[in-house]
This record gives sequence, structure tokens and C-alpha cells, in this order.
Amino acid sequence: MRLLDFLFARRGTAPLARERLQIILAHERALNGKSGDLVRVLQEEILAVVARHLKVEREMVQIKLDRGAGISTLEIDIQMPAEGAAAH
Amino acid sequence: MAKVLVVTSGKGGVGKTTSAAALGAALAQAGQKVVVVDFDVGLRNLDLVMGAERRVVFDLVNVIQGDAKLAQALIRDKRVDTLSLLPASQTRDKDALTPEGVARVIAELREKFDWVICDSPAGIERGAQLAMRHADQAVVVTNPEVSSVRDSDRIIGLLDSRTELAERGERMEKHLLLTRYETARANRGEMLKTEDVLEILSIPLLGIIPESQEVLRASNIGSPVTLSNPLSAPARAYFDAARRLRGETVPMTVPEEKRGFVQRLFGRRVA
Repeated sequence: MRLLDFLFARRGTAPLARERLQIILAHERALNGKSGDLVRVLQEEILAVVARHLKVEREMVQIKLDRGAGISTLEIDIQMPAEGAAAH
Repeated sequence: MAKVLVVTSGKGGVGKTTSAAALGAALAQAGQKVVVVDFDVGLRNLDLVMGAERRVVFDLVNVIQGDAKLAQALIRDKRVDTLSLLPASQTRDKDALTPEGVARVIAELREKFDWVICDSPAGIERGAQLAMRHADQAVVVTNPEVSSVRDSDRIIGLLDSRTELAERGERMEKHLLLTRYETARANRGEMLKTEDVLEILSIPLLGIIPESQEVLRASNIGSPVTLSNPLSAPARAYFDAARRLRGETVPMTVPEEKRGFVQRLFGRRVA
């Protein structure tokens, strides 16, 4: 049985380790490195643009950058203010 | 021109102190004047690994606070006379190190030695940042294991942002030292391979230190492995790495233990 395990079932776990590392590090580098600044800059500028037309608070604009191995997503979540709160 | 080298890793227990001692000794054995400085204030161990624990009178904190002269705190190795140790304090806490004080001591060491090797504490806090602050080059010690690789990545980020070199807009030369490597397990897909770690961290490779019982044996007897057993696999790997630090081109191999007939015969016994 052990021999069968060895021959068929037990693929090495190193490839999985490698893949998990690549994904988590891409994410962490985005948070710690220069792309972290990118998120901050985007947050400020988008907030400024939205604030020109809508009355929004800082925490109503949320930005999330998610970097995966194959696909990265930039998520922008803007909470609309209640009716009649249009700024100008 | 002296070189200041920080040996760092983020994660604890990967072999920073072992590697700082072995690389320092290997450079000194080649005739270079070397001092290894323990930055792990409160948890010093370099003295023990280098077999000088009973000779510590003054330490780095004493020198920084002006209670002792640098020459009084330096401990010269009894086996290699170009090798010295500057121990950390065991009784003080890490706040006893001041950035100005560390800068002054490093500057003074630069005048006396060819190599100033700073053995960093684990972590990414103050102590680790002070150890790397004045470095010209860094050795990032990494095990082929996920948590170690992740922490090394974090430390590389700090080397590129929180050091004097980085703040001046210059590039810090960084080297990867892969320790506790097991070629057979890596080949079987059980352990990250050298290429995996290199691809993820993207810094040049300084050396591959094979997993070996000689490393524990060396720390048991208080001797860098390049002195306790110069022909052992890890010692040969450290000698190669030291030569690369000096700018030599040495083919990259993972040294293997040479086992004689008698060793093979008795190799399996427990003690």
C-alpha cells in the first residue's frame, strides 16, 4: 500500500508551496511596495473626482487591489450618499 | 576599503548566527580582517556559537553608551587571529541601541577591519533595522520553506527602503544564502528548489548550504563550522560563499558529505 501511495498518490508538495508563495507575495508586495502608494494615490484622486459631483465622505470610497498569479483586480467601491445630497 | 555586511532573514532560526559566524571565520581564514557584530541585544548568542561566551566583559551597548572603549569590547578569536567578535548585551533591552551610537561604532569598525559583519536579530523591528542601517551589502538567509521565503521577501523590501544606501537613492547589493537545503528532497518535489526560491525572491545566489549534522555539532562545541570541520559539506559551501563575497567566480554546487568506509559502517548509530 505504501508503495502504491508513493508511486501514485504522493505528488510532491513543493509545487504547491511555490504557487502559494507567488500569490501571497504578489499581494504583499502590492501592499508594502510602490504599488501600495498606487492604491493610496488612486484613492485620493478618485475621491477628489467623486467629491466634485457627490457629497461623499472619505470612507465611502474604498479601493482594493488584488493581485493573483493569473489575474489582478482593482475593486472600486463608492457608496452613494442618500437622495438629495448631490453637492452642487 | 571596509565592507559592512548585514546577515539578515526576518524569520528566526533559519541560520543567521551560524552563517554570520561561518562566513566571518571563512573570510578571516583567508587572511581578511573580520569583525562579527551581534545586534541581538537581550538575546545574544553569537558569543556562544563562536565559543567566546566566557570571555565577554564589555559589549556593544557599553561601547555605544561610552562605558567602554571599542578595543575593550572586541574579543579576538583564539583560533584565527584576524577574527574578532563584538558581543551584544544580554542584560539590556533593544532600546539601548541608538541610531547615532550604532553609526559611530560602525564607522570606527570600518577603520580597523576589512569586513564588518552585522548579525541581525530576527524580526523586522528596530533591532533588525539598526543592524541593516549602515550596511553596504546584505546576505539574506533563507530556508527552502514557505514562511522563511515570505519573511525574506519582506526583509528585502526593508533593505531597499530603510537603509542609508536606499535613502541616498543607491542600490543595496543583496545576496541569497539558502540554508538547510536537501538536494534529494528538492529533487523529489518535497522541498522548494533553489530555482523556485531564486525566482520568487529575485536576488542573486551567494551559496547553498546543505542540511548537515555538522552545523549542530559546530554550535555544540562553540566553533564556526569552517573551523570545526573545514572539509565538511556545509563548511565547503561557506568557504565558496565567502570567496564569492570577495568577488571570485566559483561554480555553484551543493557540496555533499564525503563518507569514508568506516563512517559508512558506523554512520547509522544513534550517538
